[in-house]
Amino acid sequence: MIFTHNMIPAAANTGTGKDYIMKQTQYELNKGLAQMLKGGVIMDVTTPEQAKIAEAAGACAVMALERIPADIRAAGGVSRMSDPKMIKGIQEAVSIPVMAKCRIGHFVEAQILQAIEIDYIDESEVLSPADDVYHIDKTEFKVPFVCGARDLGEALRRINEGAAMIRTKGEPGTGDVVQAVRHMRKMNSQIRKIVSMQKDELFEEAKQLQVPYELVLYVHENGKLPVVNFAAGGVATPADAALMMQLGAEGVFVGSGIFKSGDPAKRASAIVQAVTNYTDATLIAELSEDLGEAMVGINPNEIKIIMEERGQ
Amino acid sequence: MSTSDNKITIGVLAVQGAFIEHEHMLQSLGVDCIEIRKPEQLDQIDGIVLPGGESTVQGQLLRKLHMLSPLRKMIQNGLPVLATCAGLILLSEEIDNGEPAHLATLPVTVKRNAYGRQLGSFCTTSDLPQISGFPMVFIRAPYIASTQESVKVLGTVDGHVIAVQYKHQIGLSFHPELTDDTRIHQYFVEMVRGTAKSNIA
Repeated sequence: MIFTHNMIPAAANTGTGKDYIMKQTQYELNKGLAQMLKGGVIMDVTTPEQAKIAEAAGACAVMALERIPADIRAAGGVSRMSDPKMIKGIQEAVSIPVMAKCRIGHFVEAQILQAIEIDYIDESEVLSPADDVYHIDKTEFKVPFVCGARDLGEALRRINEGAAMIRTKGEPGTGDVVQAVRHMRKMNSQIRKIVSMQKDELFEEAKQLQVPYELVLYVHENGKLPVVNFAAGGVATPADAALMMQLGAEGVFVGSGIFKSGDPAKRASAIVQAVTNYTDATLIAELSEDLGEAMVGINPNEIKIIMEERGQ
Repeated sequence: MSTSDNKITIGVLAVQGAFIEHEHMLQSLGVDCIEIRKPEQLDQIDGIVLPGGESTVQGQLLRKLHMLSPLRKMIQNGLPVLATCAGLILLSEEIDNGEPAHLATLPVTVKRNAYGRQLGSFCTTSDLPQISGFPMVFIRAPYIASTQESVKVLGTVDGHVIAVQYKHQIGLSFHPELTDDTRIHQYFVEMVRGTAKSNIA
């Protein structure tokens, strides 16, 4: 087997022989793609034109969707996977990886996205959940999945189901970073706690987190998730992005924050540079000048639909 | 630059992508690394690794952070380079889809996303000169469509060139940093040591 380091018994832990090795290899390739996205910004786009603006501004990938979270929130109703034709238009417009969202538990939407050769599927709480109990068995797919998580238990459960990348849930479409901060801090403090535990305490911790012991052991030994962890939800400024990076995010998703702002290209480029030089306050100060109107945003206390609670 | 011939510092371009994996590998070989995000950091290095990631992003950041021309000059003047995947694209003189080249110091034409989207990503094992059975991980990888005569082809997979060396520049389509095999990094470190020595001499 080619990947000898970092092997974890999560995902693709079913089957034997050749099938097992093929699944495990695919999973490692999928985790590898997430590693290539690190230190980058993944931007929500709704048209090929926006996708080109995002790529030109330095996005490391784009998320193709019909409506950005702020508009999904405003429109209400049931929100579903985007039209494959619209997604294909974006795939043709750019050379960087293209991601798309399916509803939590909607494995047929995921099959469709795999059929059009999407690079990454986001099983996302931003859309209306299709299943209020089960997430998709992501080990059955060749295409990689990213999933949202509010704490370590959620993150490890998604990884056990086959997610090759994790992001904080934040509270999408609000332009308010408070939830993403809360989720990132919580996950990291739980990781620190597990690192400092005695080995014989890990069994009970696994039980509490409702995850397999092997994943808890991985966290104990490595002090990190076994997959890449991005920040998402409410990032609207270069300072927000740098804040998430300083809190330990390995990259940033920006949804409504860019194309709901006054000067999307300039803001996008500023956020990309802030993620690279996230500890350089002088540079971030320069980058924060004259960005035009930020998205107005809404306070999570004022909203009716709490998306982060979807899918635990 | 280092003052003694065995103490070297290798820079890892850290504007975006999988740079930490390279650092871990180099550190496991006992080499000091620094992350490169600013032009002034380039003064401290004896060699540089250009990691995988998205070449469009890395190319733009090299420009916006004013590193493109100083780094190009250093490579032209003999700074050893190990470039993987996106790094190979940064290094290539020509990109086959007509995109503007970046550092353009390696006389090859590279084809981006040559194996298609993520579903086309794969692993294989192949031979390089003096390194047999090297595990190769290709992720949305490029390959080298053509090379000038002066470029040495180090390896091919399915008839496509995936590893080259031109003087002190090594370009790879795949990701040795995602495996446990340190042989390529070891080779690069020896090359940097050799150059560092001759610089002092």
